[in-house]
Amino acid sequence: MLHSIRNTFSLGFKSLWNRRGTAALTLASIAVSAALLSVVDRVRTDAQVSFANTISGTDLIIGARSGDLNLLLYSVFRIGNPTNNISWNSFETIAERREVDWLIPISLGDAHKGFRVLGTNLDYFEHYQYADGRTLDLSDGSTFTRATDAVIGAEVAERLGYEIGQPIVISHGLTATSFVTHDDNPFTVVGVLARTGTPVDRTVHISLAGMDLIHAGPGEFSLPSSLDSYEPDAITAVFVGLKSRVAVFSVQRFLNEYEREPLSAVIPGVALQQLWGLIGVAEYALLGVSAMVVLAGVLGLLATLLVSLNERRREMSVLRSVGARPGHVFSLLLSEAALLAFLGALAGLLAVQLAVILVRPYALAEFGIQLSVGLRVFDFAVLAGILLIAVLVSIIPAWRAYRNSLADGLTVKI
Amino acid sequence: MSEPGAEYAHAVSVEGLRFGYTAGEEILSIDALVIEPTQRVFLYGPSGCGKSTLLSMIGGVLVPQDGRVSVLGQDLSAMKGSGRDRVRADHLGIIFQQFNLVPYLSVVDNVCLPCRYSRRRLQRAESDDGTVEASAARLLSELGIDDRLRARRSTELSVGQQQRVAAARALIGRPELIIADEPTSSLDADRRRDFVSLLLTECDSANSTVIFVSHDQSLASHFDEAIDLRAINRAERDSDAA
Ligand SMILES: Nc1ncnc2c1ncn2[C@@H]1O[C@H](COP(=O)(O)OP(=O)(O)O)[C@@H](O)[C@H]1O
Ligand SMILES: [Mg+2]
Repeated sequence: MLHSIRNTFSLGFKSLWNRRGTAALTLASIAVSAALLSVVDRVRTDAQVSFANTISGTDLIIGARSGDLNLLLYSVFRIGNPTNNISWNSFETIAERREVDWLIPISLGDAHKGFRVLGTNLDYFEHYQYADGRTLDLSDGSTFTRATDAVIGAEVAERLGYEIGQPIVISHGLTATSFVTHDDNPFTVVGVLARTGTPVDRTVHISLAGMDLIHAGPGEFSLPSSLDSYEPDAITAVFVGLKSRVAVFSVQRFLNEYEREPLSAVIPGVALQQLWGLIGVAEYALLGVSAMVVLAGVLGLLATLLVSLNERRREMSVLRSVGARPGHVFSLLLSEAALLAFLGALAGLLAVQLAVILVRPYALAEFGIQLSVGLRVFDFAVLAGILLIAVLVSIIPAWRAYRNSLADGLTVKI
Repeated sequence: MSEPGAEYAHAVSVEGLRFGYTAGEEILSIDALVIEPTQRVFLYGPSGCGKSTLLSMIGGVLVPQDGRVSVLGQDLSAMKGSGRDRVRADHLGIIFQQFNLVPYLSVVDNVCLPCRYSRRRLQRAESDDGTVEASAARLLSELGIDDRLRARRSTELSVGQQQRVAAARALIGRPELIIADEPTSSLDADRRRDFVSLLLTECDSANSTVIFVSHDQSLASHFDEAIDLRAINRAERDSDAA
């Protein structure tokens, strides 16, 4: 049995090698389809993991009333702009609640050379968590002690080549070529954060006092004596950690019904789910298209095998005459399809591995997506799936070869 | 299924055979045909008279609508397709007019091919020469194929060389019955005689029965018996009369 399977595959391989031109093309089309499917799924799941890793340990995000998704996007992912601010009074009210363990005030709005500037206080460096509860680490320098100190993310430091002591200028708005720059308010880099693979890497952090300093006219603002006691008029959002997760819904209800100011409080996990719901449609569309490409690849394989059948009629008769049974002819064709599909899919998957290794740093820097290297369960499913479909589809030419070999008898038609 | 030992009276026996490819059009109708073991039979007749069709039935690929075909004492008509395939793989060596070889296999691989499908012939080849490859090499050199050609792809050989490779393949593992369907038709007259005598020498040393089909009657003298298919096929006479 094993012997005969090996026989069949060695014959199949030699036959394919004899037609290596067309075989290579078929193999390539299968490789492309497998690669596409693998890439789409990898980016999809890696993006999901990267997004989910962006924030951790925060029980609620609070901002001015808006959609949950909008609040999540601008506060955590630095995408889009806040619709409104919330007052410092509200911040203090929240801080006084006994369920609250810690809070991080966040003030957004400005940019430095295309990187978002975020105003906050030292609680940010102590309490902000990402990826299963890891806190932020400094790779160099310290957190801010003065209103004009800045702590930059790893990506900012790397791309702009900044080191400790670098004076920087912060402009209004997000564009790198903004006209309104505040040349009279230079900041100084005092700390660089270790890489996190989250939007923190692409953020310039300054104090809340520093944020107000930018927005005040010349001479309007006097620097506070202590950063700790500084109280701005308004902030953009608050990250909240509770003493017990059990309290999440009651605090959320309290905030959503807060009367002095319209607030929104979202649970990060819930908002992330909404995000998947939204992105999911596009993801499945992409997966669907990739699956169609796989189908096209397999149909190409089917066409190649069917076309080859006529010119191989004599070969099949010869095999029959030396003792091959119809089952051998049938399995020879199946083995050729299986070899093409297996080698093609394998080539595609390995090409993806190579590509991932190459574009990894770029994907992390540009999109904050940590691409994973190594074959995954899905890849093996792609391999097995393509193999299975190819073998199923090739039953058609195999059956025809089988029928031909019975009908032709030993008379080899010329 | 009984394994043919020395215990069979006829190499081939045909009784009351009737066959047509389509209903109503009878091509063969043979009351009786017997070929004794180790006989060399020359079967002739004009093109289209049904020689290849008869060989297909002896080879167990076609089945008569009526009657009995026995090969080496085994009744093919009573067997299922797989049984007939087994008999062909184990006991028959077949040579066609041309394009006998699998194009993507080397000369040696082509010769060894029957041993992939028959354990019996594999074992006989091994007991003859030690290994299947050694057996193939011996047969090839006895049939005048140069050593250097063995590793070549079969398509690189001349037609005459291809026919001798096909003969070596038919002979490997010493099958009891060799069927050759116009194997010399694409050869010139000198090579025909060489081919036939080489083939018959090999069949002699293997004690094989030979059925050799040709329309070239000048070859008949090499054989023990010459059979005109038209003389035994009543269907052909009927269609002539019509
Ligand atoms: N596969 C086939 N299907 C239908 N008719 C066939 C087939 N093979 C041969 N024939 C017909 O059967 C007759 C005998 O053919 P064949 O046995 O090949 O003759 P020969 O070998 O003596 O030249 C011819 O009339 C031929 O046309
Ligand atoms: Mg013929």
